[in-house]
Order: sequence, then structure tokens, then C-alpha cells
Amino acid sequence: MAHESPLQSLSPNERVWLRVGRNPPAVVAAVFLLLVVILALLVPALSPHGVEQGAEVQFSTPSATHWFGTDVHGRDVFTRTFAGARISLVVGTVGTLVSLVIGVCWGMVAGYLGGWVDSLMMRFVDIVYSLPSLVFVIVLITTLEGYVKSLLGFVTPSLAPAARLLFLFVGLGAVSWLTMARIVRGQVLSLRSQPFVLASQSLGASHGRILFRHILPNVLGVVLVYLTLTVPAIVLYESFLSYLGLGIQPPQASLGTLIAEGAAQINPLRVRWWLIVGPGGLLSFTLLALNFLGDGLRDALDPRIDNR
Amino acid sequence: MPFFKRIVLLGPLLLVISLLSFVLLRVAPGGPFDRERAPASEEIERQLRARYHLDEPIAQQYLRWLGDAMRGDLGRSLKYRNHSVAEIIRAGLPMSLTLGLVAFGFALGCGVPLGFYGAVRRGAWSDWGGSLLALVFICVPSFVVGPLLILVFGLKLGWFPVALWGAPLQAVLPMVALGLYFGGRVARLTREGMTQVLQSEFIRTARAKGLGEFAVLTRHALRLAIMPVVSYSGPMLADLLTGSFVVENLFQIPGVGVFMVNSSLSRDYPMVVALVMLYAVLLVVLNLLVDIAYSVLDPRVKYG
Repeated sequence: MAHESPLQSLSPNERVWLRVGRNPPAVVAAVFLLLVVILALLVPALSPHGVEQGAEVQFSTPSATHWFGTDVHGRDVFTRTFAGARISLVVGTVGTLVSLVIGVCWGMVAGYLGGWVDSLMMRFVDIVYSLPSLVFVIVLITTLEGYVKSLLGFVTPSLAPAARLLFLFVGLGAVSWLTMARIVRGQVLSLRSQPFVLASQSLGASHGRILFRHILPNVLGVVLVYLTLTVPAIVLYESFLSYLGLGIQPPQASLGTLIAEGAAQINPLRVRWWLIVGPGGLLSFTLLALNFLGDGLRDALDPRIDNR
Repeated sequence: MPFFKRIVLLGPLLLVISLLSFVLLRVAPGGPFDRERAPASEEIERQLRARYHLDEPIAQQYLRWLGDAMRGDLGRSLKYRNHSVAEIIRAGLPMSLTLGLVAFGFALGCGVPLGFYGAVRRGAWSDWGGSLLALVFICVPSFVVGPLLILVFGLKLGWFPVALWGAPLQAVLPMVALGLYFGGRVARLTREGMTQVLQSEFIRTARAKGLGEFAVLTRHALRLAIMPVVSYSGPMLADLLTGSFVVENLFQIPGVGVFMVNSSLSRDYPMVVALVMLYAVLLVVLNLLVDIAYSVLDPRVKYG
């Protein structure tokens, strides 16, 4: 090439971030997500209306005092929406981490060992794939809950919501790692036969060292992209479960329970749109932003797209 | 027989799935008779358990269930005790199937043209708008779309009925609520497939030999570009056919989706296992059909 690209002096990682930075939708999405996180942290704490505190006016329309209106108990929907977003985001992040750990370990081991271990592990993934995941989660959550209750008979009721969150993390993580395992396994399978792996093998590196020092860093890009697509999936899943009454329990709120509460208020006599538009809008925009960010990362990490 | 191996493997696969779902459910604490209205005496509960063979070792229960299932008997519901599982599924399935098929048509009908249009206008504003629209379809969950559709088209404008099932008009809102997400997925797959195919050499050849642009796009490009959509159709149909819990719940449609949630909560073992198996059978059979369709549509794909 005649002209020298300024990017050539940068490390691959720096190039990726530069490319993401030049992708306007991804930047807007990242800023939006940051804003949602900040608001989710601050609004419930700073709002003049408590999350669970009822006001005198039931079902008031959006106004200067209640930006998203109030619900059936006169609670401020704006405050509750961001309190719900906080829970949804926490479940999404931790659930993704759980799926990350299981999926990456499973995929790496299967791909690295190969042979019958690989076949066995991947057939297991195939089987779990053909289970309806929602029923799987429901059964998992109720199973775990029953066990914990019978083990710790002395669990105080104040700990119950925290326990519920824990089950959601584990349950959602446990059904979301399958695709990750497949992706990682495919990558490891092709990396395993690369010369640099052979080189470190011949230098006497242990399996653990090869896996974590040499193979893992090469898989990280793909994992990162899939990760940004797992977060929205899990957030959606949690809202879905909460909508069905299986996730977060009232009076705690997640975006799903808030939308369910709004949907329960639908009747032909009075239209109370703000109960759905507020939390539903925030949920949709958050999912949209996460997807944009994921797409941006994928484009940036795709080696087939040359760095202009 | 290229698909012989796959078909032979179906049996063991389904067997493992049934065993897994059976054991998982039984291991979960709580039983189907926990919520009996009358405070059942221990004697009554013991008799109930004996009646439904719940007092046997789990392996024996599974073998009994398997034997019955082979003969087409899925057992009796533990919750709705006047009905067999087969009766309940037979009553709900037609509605779930119809809704699923209609939503499938809707998803393809809006997804393929949207993706096609975007790929043809690649890089233009309309492509960008189309991609955004597809992403919005994916990101707005059905339980947000549903209530909004009800509020706007059902209550405010009064164009469509908001609940129940039977008249064709009643299917419109649930169809959109259920199909929109899949429409978005299809649009993205179509656009991606189309963009890739349009860069390949046989397209240039087709153009070079003077074929009209429309014929190039539809006869040559679309036929290959649709392949990812074809392979996505399997899981998509399985998801749609077994009914969406939320959409059925929201529009008060008495399909099987409702039972999926309620039965696992009330530990209605035969019901849940039957529904899980229904879903699994649909999924593996549809995936097989998709692979067969694949090899028919794309002569380059060979199974051996």
C-alpha cells in the first residue's frame, strides 16, 4: 500500500477500540447505557418519591411531579422504573458472567481435549438445547429454592428476595451458556492445531498454561462479542420470567414485573398507557443499545473488514 | 440414505430428553398435592400418591411412563384430574398451532422483504432505517408490544378485538405480537445472506450476460441468500408452534402455552413431561426437515 495507515502502529486491541469509536451507533449506545446505569444507581436514592412509598394520587397521568405517572398504589412509576432497571441490569450482568464461566470452560475443555470427550460434551449441549429452556429455568429455580429452604430452615424472610435473585442468576446462566460453549469450542478446535500451540507444547508447557496463556486470549474477542449479545438475552429472559410471576417478587420490582403490573391494568374504560410505556420503553431502549454495542464490537473485531 | 443416521439417532435423543425432564421434575421438592384445598390427611395423600404411582422408586416410575407413552398413553393430569394429558393437549394444541403458523407466515412475510430491501439498497439511508426497524422488532419484547397493540388498535381505534380466539380478526393482534420478534430476526438473516451473495461472482456473471436486475436479485441471489432463514425456520417454528406463554396469556387464548408454566409450578408431572416431549419432538423433527430442505435447495450441501 502506498499510503501508510496511522493505525498500523497500534496494537490490535487499540485498533478495535478505535473502530468502535468511529461507529456512531455504537458510541451513542455506549453513552446511553452508561446513562441508564448512572440513573439506575441514582434515581431510586435521590428521588423525592420512595420506591415502595405510595402517594395520595392513584393512577395520576405523567406530570411535573410524577414524570411517568403513578401506579395502582400511587407509587411513582419513574422511580420504580429505574429501581427495576437496576435489578434487571444486575441480573443481566451476573447471569451473563455465570454463562460466561460455564460456557468458556466447557467449550475450551471440549475443544482442547477433542476425541470422545469432545463428542460426549457436545452431545450433552445438543440435548440441553432441545429442552424448552423456559421450563428448564422454572424447574431449576423451584428446585434450588426448595433445597435452600429445606437446608436453611432458619433463613429469615428478609433474605428471601436476595435468594430469589441468586436463583435467577444461576438458572439463567445455566441455560444461556450453550451457544457460548459451541462458539468457544469451535475456536479452540481451530487454534489447537496452530503452530504457536505446538511450539509451546514442545517447550513443555502444561495444559493449563497452554489453555489460559495461549488459547484463551485468542478466543476473547469472539467471547466479548457474544457476551454483549448475551446480556440483552438474559435481561429479556428475566423480564419474561418476572412478567409471568416467576422472577422478582413484589414489592421488589424489575422491568418485567412493572410491565406485567401495567398490562394487568388494561381495561376498555380507562387507558393507562404510561404504566407500560415507561418501563417498556426503558427496557426496549436498553436492549436496543446493548445490541448496537454488540454489533459495533463485532464489526470492529471482524478481521475481514480492513482498517480504513 | 443420507439422513438415515440422523433418523436413527432421533430415538435415543428423545429418550435422553424424556429421562432428563422426568428426573429433573421429580427431584424438585414439593409435590402435585401440596396445594389441595382440603387439608388432606396423611392417609389421603398416601392413597393419592399410590393411585398415581408416585410412591414407587423413580426408575420404576420412569419405565412405567415410558411403557405407557409407547402405547400412546401420556397419563392423567394430576391437577385437572378428570382429564388425561392427551385430552388437554388435544384441546389446546390446534389453537397454538394455528397461532404459531400464522405468526410464522407473518414473520417471513415482513422479515424477508425487509431484509431483501436493505441488502439491495446497501449503505443507503433506507438500508439503515430498515436495519434499525429490524433491530427494534427484536428488542421490543412481546409483552411490551402486546399491551401497546391492545391499547392502540384494540381500545383506542377499535379496529381489532382484543382477546379470545375463533374469528380471523381475533388472530391479528396476537399474530403481530408473537411474530414481530421473529420477523426482525428473519430480516437480519436475509439482509446478511443477501449482502454476502451479492458479492459473489456468479451474480456478476448473471449481470454480465445481460439478465435484468430483478431476475438477478430474485432468481439467483435470493435463492441462496434465503438459506440462513431456512435453517433458522426449524427452531423458529418449534418456538412459535408450542405457543408463546406470554401472548396466549395476554390475549386470553386457551392454547397449550398456558399449561407449560402452570403445570411446572403445580408439579403436574405427566403434563410437563408431555409438553417438554412435544416441544422436543417438534424441534428435532423440524430441524431434520430443515436439513433435508437445505440439501434440496442448495445442491452444494451433501450429507453422507
